[in-house]
Amino acid sequence: MQTEMLMLHNLALIIVFLPLLASVITGIGCRTVSRTFAHSLTISAVGLSFFLSCWILKALVFEGNPGWNQTLYTWGVSGNTSFQIGFLIDRLTALMMVIVTFISWMVHIYTVGYMRDDPGYQRFFSYISLFTFGMLMLVMANNFLQLFFGWEAVGLMSYLLIGFWFQRESAIFASLKAFLVNRVGDLGFLIGIAAILYYFGSLNYDSVFHDVRELAARGDMLIIMNNHEWSAITVICIALFIGAMGKSAQVPLHVWLPDSMEGPTPISALIHAATMVTAGVFMVARMSPLFEYSEVALNFVLVIGAITCLSMGLLGVVQNDIKRIIAYSTLSQLGYMVIALGVSAYGAAIFHLMTHAFFKALLFLGAGSVIIALHHEQNIWKMGNLKKYMPITYITMLIGSLALMGFPLFSGFYSKDLIIEMVHASELPASKFAYAIVVGSVFITALYTFRLFFVVFHTKERMDKHSIEHLQESPAVVWVPLVLLAIPSVIAGGMFIQPLLQGYFGNSLVVHPNHLALTEHSVEFKGIFAMAVQGLSGLPFWLGIAGILTAWGCYIKYREIPLLLQKKFSLLYSIFKNKYGFDLFNEWILAPGARGVGWIFWRLGDRLVIDDIGVNGSANSIGKFSKVVRRFQTGYLYHYAFTMIAGFLALLVWLMLT
Amino acid sequence: MTLIFPLLSLFIWLPIIGGIGLLTLKNKNQESLSRGLALIIALISLGLCIPLIVGFDSGTAAMQWREQMPWIASLGIHYALGVDGFSVPLIVLTCFMTLLVVLASMVSVKDRIQQYLAAFLIMQGLMCGAFVALDAILFYTFWEAMLVPMFLIIGMWGGKNRIYATIKFFLYTFLGSVLLLIAIIYLNITARKMGLAYDQVFNILAFHNLPLSLIEQKWLFIAFLIAFAVKIPMFPVHTWLPDAHVEAPTGGSVILAAILLKMGGYGFLRFILPITPDASFTFATGIIGLSLIAIVYIALVTLVQTDMKKLIAYSSISHMGFVTLGLFIVFGILLSSKDPSSAVIGIDGAMVQMISHGFVSAALFLCVGVLYDRMHSRQIKDFGGVVNTMPAFAAFFMLFALANVGLPGTSGFVGEFLVILGAFKAQFWLAVLAGTTLILGASYTLWMVKRVVFGAVGSVAVGSLKDLNPIEIMMFVLLGLAILWLGLWPAPLLELMHASSNHLIEQLMQSKL
Repeated sequence: MQTEMLMLHNLALIIVFLPLLASVITGIGCRTVSRTFAHSLTISAVGLSFFLSCWILKALVFEGNPGWNQTLYTWGVSGNTSFQIGFLIDRLTALMMVIVTFISWMVHIYTVGYMRDDPGYQRFFSYISLFTFGMLMLVMANNFLQLFFGWEAVGLMSYLLIGFWFQRESAIFASLKAFLVNRVGDLGFLIGIAAILYYFGSLNYDSVFHDVRELAARGDMLIIMNNHEWSAITVICIALFIGAMGKSAQVPLHVWLPDSMEGPTPISALIHAATMVTAGVFMVARMSPLFEYSEVALNFVLVIGAITCLSMGLLGVVQNDIKRIIAYSTLSQLGYMVIALGVSAYGAAIFHLMTHAFFKALLFLGAGSVIIALHHEQNIWKMGNLKKYMPITYITMLIGSLALMGFPLFSGFYSKDLIIEMVHASELPASKFAYAIVVGSVFITALYTFRLFFVVFHTKERMDKHSIEHLQESPAVVWVPLVLLAIPSVIAGGMFIQPLLQGYFGNSLVVHPNHLALTEHSVEFKGIFAMAVQGLSGLPFWLGIAGILTAWGCYIKYREIPLLLQKKFSLLYSIFKNKYGFDLFNEWILAPGARGVGWIFWRLGDRLVIDDIGVNGSANSIGKFSKVVRRFQTGYLYHYAFTMIAGFLALLVWLMLT
Repeated sequence: MTLIFPLLSLFIWLPIIGGIGLLTLKNKNQESLSRGLALIIALISLGLCIPLIVGFDSGTAAMQWREQMPWIASLGIHYALGVDGFSVPLIVLTCFMTLLVVLASMVSVKDRIQQYLAAFLIMQGLMCGAFVALDAILFYTFWEAMLVPMFLIIGMWGGKNRIYATIKFFLYTFLGSVLLLIAIIYLNITARKMGLAYDQVFNILAFHNLPLSLIEQKWLFIAFLIAFAVKIPMFPVHTWLPDAHVEAPTGGSVILAAILLKMGGYGFLRFILPITPDASFTFATGIIGLSLIAIVYIALVTLVQTDMKKLIAYSSISHMGFVTLGLFIVFGILLSSKDPSSAVIGIDGAMVQMISHGFVSAALFLCVGVLYDRMHSRQIKDFGGVVNTMPAFAAFFMLFALANVGLPGTSGFVGEFLVILGAFKAQFWLAVLAGTTLILGASYTLWMVKRVVFGAVGSVAVGSLKDLNPIEIMMFVLLGLAILWLGLWPAPLLELMHASSNHLIEQLMQSKL
C-alpha cells in the first residue's frame, strides 16, 4: 500500500514536470532543434502526462483511493508562516488533470498541421507545453501560493501566445490588453489570499477548509470604511471571485477575451476556450468550502454570471469573424458555469466545464481548419457552402454545434439542463433573475451557433476564385483531433451525469446543508435516455429549436430579415456592434486618463514643484557659492572630496575640544 | 575567538587595493591586463562570499565575523566590523554586481578602462565597508567616500547633462550627510554621558541600547530619515535618481540601482528602527503614506516616460516604496496583533524586495546598455521590433521585465507578495493601494516591452542590430538564474535573515521610554 502511494506521488510529479522539461528543452534550443524534434518531444511529453493522469483518475475512482496531499518543498518561512509547494490530488483535481492534458494533447497534434509553415514553430510548441505545466500546477495546487503561481503562469503564457505573431500590431495590443485586464482581477485575487492568511494564519487548503466553519461561527467582521463592516468570509470570497472574473472573463473584465482571438487558433481552443478561461470556475469550485459560508458572495457570483451569460451571447449574434463568434459563445457559456457556481451546483459547473472543453475545443479547431483551408480568412461572409469541400470538418462542426446548443443526447444537453434545473430549484434572491436568463440564453446560443454554421457551411460560395481552386479537406493531423474531440462531445455528457449525481466528487466539493445539493433526488434522474426524452418536452429544447429555425430563416431562407432588423433597430445594433462601449471606455477614458494623470504628476509634481521650486531654487543659490569655490579647484567633484575631508577634520577638531 | 580570519577586511581592502593597483597601469597596451586583473579580483571577492555564508550561523542575530581595533583611539573611534543576517545578503549582492559590471565593461567601455574598472573596484570595497561597519564614524566614512568614485563614474563616463545631474545628486546627498553626521555625534555625546566604555561610544550596537526620550528620538529620526530617504529614494526627495541614471554610464546605473539605493534601506534597518523605535512608531503613518505615494504616484509618472533609463529609474523608486512600506507596516501589524512573529513578514518582505530589486533593476539597466551600445539611443520611440533582429536579447529582456512586473516564479514577486500580505494584516486599504502595483507595474513595464521589443522592424537601424555576444549572454544568464532561484525558492534567503528579523522585531516592541 505504501509503495503504491509512493508510486502515485511520483506519478503526479512526472505528470507536472514532463511538459515543463519538454518545454524548456524546446524553448532553449528553439533555434537549433528541428521541427520534428520539437513536436515529437512535446507531443510525447503531454501525451504521457495524459495517460498518467488517466491512471491517477482510475486509482481514485475505481480503486477506492481517497486522494492525497503531498508536499514538494518549502518555498519559504517568514515568521510563523510557512509557504509550501505541493499537490492536492482528489477526484476534482484528477478530472481536471485528465481534461487539461487531453485537450492540450489534441491541440499539440493539431498544431503540427496548423502551424506547419510558421517560422516560430518550435517556439510555439515550447509555449503550449509550458502552458500545460502552468495549468497543471494550478489545478493540482494544495495551497494558495501555488494556485497563484499557476494562475499567473497561465496568464503569462496566454500573453505570450496571443502576441505570438509579434509583428502584428493588433496581436501585441491584444496581448497587452489581456495581461493588464487579468491583472485587475489578480489584484482582487491577491487581496483574497492576503485576507486568507490574515484570518486563517495559513495558505494551505486543508487548514483553511478545516478552520472555515470556526471563522464563520465567530463572525469576524472587516471594517471596510467607517461604519461599514463586511463579514470576513464575504470579503475573502468576493476578492477571490474578482480574480476569477479576470481569468474567466466575466463582465466587466471580459474585454480581453474577444481580442485574444488575435492569437493562433490552436491556442484559442486550448487557452481561451477549454482550459485557462475555466480556471476561475475551477477555483471557485475548489473554494466551495469558503463560498458556501457567504450568501452575499454567492448572490454576487450568480448576478455576474447571469449578466455575462446573456449580454455576451447577444454579441455573438452580430459578429462576423468566425473566431470572435465562438469567443463570445465562450463568454456566454462561462456565464452558465458561473451561474452554476452561484447556486452551489459546483458539480454541474465542473460538468459543464468539461463538456464545454470538448465541444468548444472542437468548434475552435474546426474553425481553424476552415481558416487555413481559406488561407487565413476569418470573415464568415467570405465563406459559404464549405460542406461540399470539407466533409469531415462539416460533420464534426455540426456535432460541436449541437453539443453547444444543448441538443438532447449530446454532451452539452446534460450539463446545461442540470444547470437550468439547479437554478430553478435555488432559493437565492437572485435566482429568479438568473433562471430567466439561463432559459432565454438557450435560444440565443442556438441562434448564434447555427448562424455561424449555416453561413459557413451552407448558403452559396462567396470565396474568391483562387481560394476555391485550392479548397480541400485539411490534412489528417488536423482532422484526427477533430474526430477525437467529437467523440467526447457526444458521449461525455451521458457518461458522466450518472456518476456526478451519485456523488462522484465526494468531499472535494462542499455544499452547505442549507443549500440544495446536486444529487439524484434533487433533479429526479431516471437514466440518461429518460432525461433526453424528458428534455424534448421542456421549454429549453423548444427554445433551442426556435433558435435554429430563426437562424435558418434569417440566414438561409430570408436573407433580408436581418438587414431589415439592422435598419429598424439601428441604435440597438450599434450598441451591440460597439460591445456595450466597454472597449471605448477603456481605450478613450481609462487608459488616456491614467496616462494624463501620470503626465500631470510628472510635470507638475516632479518637475515644477520639487525640481524647479525646490531643488533648482536652492541649486541656484549654491551655484553662486560654488562659483567662489571653483576658483580653488578644477571641478565640482574635487569640491566634494575637499568638503568631505575638511568637514571630517573639523569634526575631529571639535570632538577633541569637547 | 580573539584571533579569527579577517574575512570582512578582505571584502573591503582587496578590491580597494586592487583598484588602486589598476590605476598604476598604463593606459595603452595594458588594457587587457587590467581587464583580466579586475575580473580576477571581482571573482575572488565573490568567491569570498562562500566562506562568509558557510561560516555564518543563521541561528543567532548576534554580529559575526567580528573584527575590532582602535582607529582614532583618543575619541573612541574604532575599526569595528561585523555582519548579521541583513548585511550578508547585501554583501553577496555587492560582489555579484561588481562582477557583472566588470563583465559588462568588456564589451561596452573603451575609454580609460583602467580608471573605469578601478573606480568600480574601489566602490565595491567602500560599499562592503558600509555594510560591515559597526562603528558609526567608520560607517559614515565609507558612506561618504563611496560618493567620490560614483561622482567620478558619472562625471567622466557620463552623458551630456552630467553636470546638472551630479549637482542635483550632490545637493540632495550633502544635506543628508550633514544631518547623518550630526545625529551620530549627538548619539556619541549621549553615549559618553551615559558613561559607556570608550570602545562603545561610537558603536552602532551600543547606540541601539541607548535610552532616549521621545523628543530626542524624534529629532534623531528626522535627521536619519533625511539621510536615508534621499538614498532609497523616497518621495519627495527622489528627483535626483532619474537624472543621475540617465547621465550615468551603464555600469554606474547598475551599481547605483542595485547597491547604492540599498544603503538607504540598510540605514533604516541598522539605525532608524533600532535606535529610535518610539519615534518610528510615531511617524509610521507618515512613512507609510510616503511609501504609498511612491508606489502609486511614481508608478503613474513612470507610465509616461519616454526614455528607457528614466522609466526604469522611476520604476525603481516605485519598487523601493515597498521596502519602506514593509518596514513600517510592522508597527501596524503589532498594533492589531500582539504576536511578534506575524510582523516579521514586513521586515522579510522589505529585505527580499531590496535584494530582488538589485538583480532586476541591474538586469534592466544592462539591457538598456546593450541597446545603447548598438544604437546610441535610449528613447523608446527609436526602437520597435527588436525581437526580429535580437531574439536572444528579447527573451532575456522579457524575463527581466516580467520580474519587474512581479510575476510569481521570479524574485520580483516574493518581496511584493510578502509586503502585501503584511499590509493586509495592518489595514485592508493599505494592501489594496500597494496592490495597485500589480496593474500599474505591469502597465509601464510591458507597455515599454511592447514598444521596444515587439512589432515589425521599426527602423533601418533596428533592422541591422546584432544579437547578444557570448559575454552579454553570460551576464544575462547569471542574472536570470539569480532571479529565478530567488523566485522559486527564497527559503535560503529568508532563513539567512530569520534570526536578525526576529531580533529587530523584538527591538521594535521594546519601548525606550
